[in-house]
Amino acid sequence: MTMRRLINLKRVQARRIYLTYAVVIAAYIICTVMSSTNILSSSMRGMLVPICAYMVMAVSLNLVVGILGELSLGHAGFMSVGAFSGVAAAILMQNVIPFAPVRLALAMIVAAIFAAAAGFLIGIPVLRLKGDYLAIVTLAFGEIIKSILNNFYLGFDSQGLHFSMLRDTTRLLEGGKLIIRGPMGISGIQKISTFPAGFILVMLSLIIVFHLVISRPGRAFMAIRDDRIASESIGLDITKYKMMAFVTSAALAGAAGALFAMNYSTIVANKFDFNTSILILVFVVLGGQGNMLGGIIAAAVLTILPEKLREFSEYRMLLYAIILIVMMLATNNAEIKYFLSRLNPFKKKEAE
Amino acid sequence: MKEKTKYVPVPSRSILPERDAERAPVLECVKLGITLGGIKAVEDFNLTIGRTEIVGLIGPNGAGKTTVFNLLTKVYQPTTGTILLNGKDTHGMNTMQVNKAGIARTFQNIRLFRNMSVIDNVKTAMNNEMHYNMLSAILRLPNYRREEIAAHRRALKLLSIFDMQNMADVPAGSLPYGAQRRLEIVRALATNPSLLLLDEPAAGMNPSETADLMDSIRKVHEMFQIAIILIEHDMSLVMNICEGICVLNFGHIIAKGTPDEIQSNPAVIEAYLGRKKEA
Repeated sequence: MTMRRLINLKRVQARRIYLTYAVVIAAYIICTVMSSTNILSSSMRGMLVPICAYMVMAVSLNLVVGILGELSLGHAGFMSVGAFSGVAAAILMQNVIPFAPVRLALAMIVAAIFAAAAGFLIGIPVLRLKGDYLAIVTLAFGEIIKSILNNFYLGFDSQGLHFSMLRDTTRLLEGGKLIIRGPMGISGIQKISTFPAGFILVMLSLIIVFHLVISRPGRAFMAIRDDRIASESIGLDITKYKMMAFVTSAALAGAAGALFAMNYSTIVANKFDFNTSILILVFVVLGGQGNMLGGIIAAAVLTILPEKLREFSEYRMLLYAIILIVMMLATNNAEIKYFLSRLNPFKKKEAE
Repeated sequence: MKEKTKYVPVPSRSILPERDAERAPVLECVKLGITLGGIKAVEDFNLTIGRTEIVGLIGPNGAGKTTVFNLLTKVYQPTTGTILLNGKDTHGMNTMQVNKAGIARTFQNIRLFRNMSVIDNVKTAMNNEMHYNMLSAILRLPNYRREEIAAHRRALKLLSIFDMQNMADVPAGSLPYGAQRRLEIVRALATNPSLLLLDEPAAGMNPSETADLMDSIRKVHEMFQIAIILIEHDMSLVMNICEGICVLNFGHIIAKGTPDEIQSNPAVIEAYLGRKKEA
């Protein structure tokens, strides 16, 4: 009995992947139907895109934390790089590409490229470290990115792009437009992010991560997570694979940032601070490290929860914290897990 | 019992089977030494291993046996001396490059990728013989499929040497102890080594498991025609399987030779049992 169960493990893994896809698609269909029939309140409808963005963030951070096994505390930094570069690209393309979905897609690609570049540059020093040191340094880089973007000015006029640091010294010609205004961020953004676009991005990030996990690089990531010394002894280039995971994760976070930013009319760098990084990490930890579906559900629940708790006014964050703690305890409780596994129809046979 | 091998006497070699006499050695250590925290953990270590030789590395606890393995695999960089692997100096290489150059090892305290399945442990070790990149993995291009299928077949074949093919999808961490030890050997073999280092493969095994292991090591040696160095405290295993034995004590080689020679060597007996008290 046990032997057969163990051999079925691979099929269980594949099943979990398809289950994740199915849940995301089902949730998308339900939300679309609900919002078109006005069952969804307008505040909930406004949260659909941010939820998608946070889901992508959770999936991408899970690649680093759950699959590669390194703690990154600066993930919001990549999100902000993506948000600013993506929005700037979208504004620049406004007149060239009038069709919004194409502009959004291109902006997300630009955002992913810039965030990947940032991930690569940060990865060079960071990935030489391990464990807690790595976590602390990623935290620092998250803050550095925030400070840089807070002091970054980007303008556009007939002579091309101009940028400056600290003060606005771009000296734009007449008819020019200042896109990024330092601490004021970007304002006047066209809200071109849509729920379908968010859904597609979630699906794409899931496909990328799952395909990566069941392949040569993915096995290397997990091997490094499980035993670094053994990985070296079988000839894995640890730095290369760490960088690969880190850059992929940053690129996905960048695309999510662009999606997130273009849901609002104004975006500032302070939005992507340490708290946001921690929030994303909470999604991953709560959902289970390496468990993509768990992270996605946690992202959705923890984004909706503060809104739903609004009626408790000042007790809101207190309740949020209590619910978070209870959820953590419950999801890690062996008896509750066993109880849930008995409810799971797929596993019925094994429980006997 | 093992059939008698004919030996050629060569200085600096533990013992050289006649079949390897004409071929360049797989490994040559010359005056290898390392100082760890002011202590000379290994000093003046000279050993040459023939192309298909099985050598045992024995000695009391703390003699520096595992340190020698760590030097060979560049976990530690030697402070003195050179290591020639297949005639090539390994100076400046790191663990990963040494593995690519042909040394694979197992560990004293098992180091498997515990959360990965048995077959994925083996496939991970084949990483360097696969060539598709990340993009083909994400897009599932034809070369991904082709190489993955080939790797899967080869991994199953390797597992079948130890009769482990039916455990392929089990998480490695949930295997019984003996199977974990065998999986480590399979994983090392998957990197196509020319020299296999086994660090206490029989540690914690009962006599029947040890006997199985002995057969497995012989089988591997026969099939792959590679050189094997093994550290082991189980003397029945060492004396049965090894053609040459090298005895370490306090970081120095105190004896080299055939099992029979080692068993009657006074220096070895002294190292293990101590000297008879002078009356």
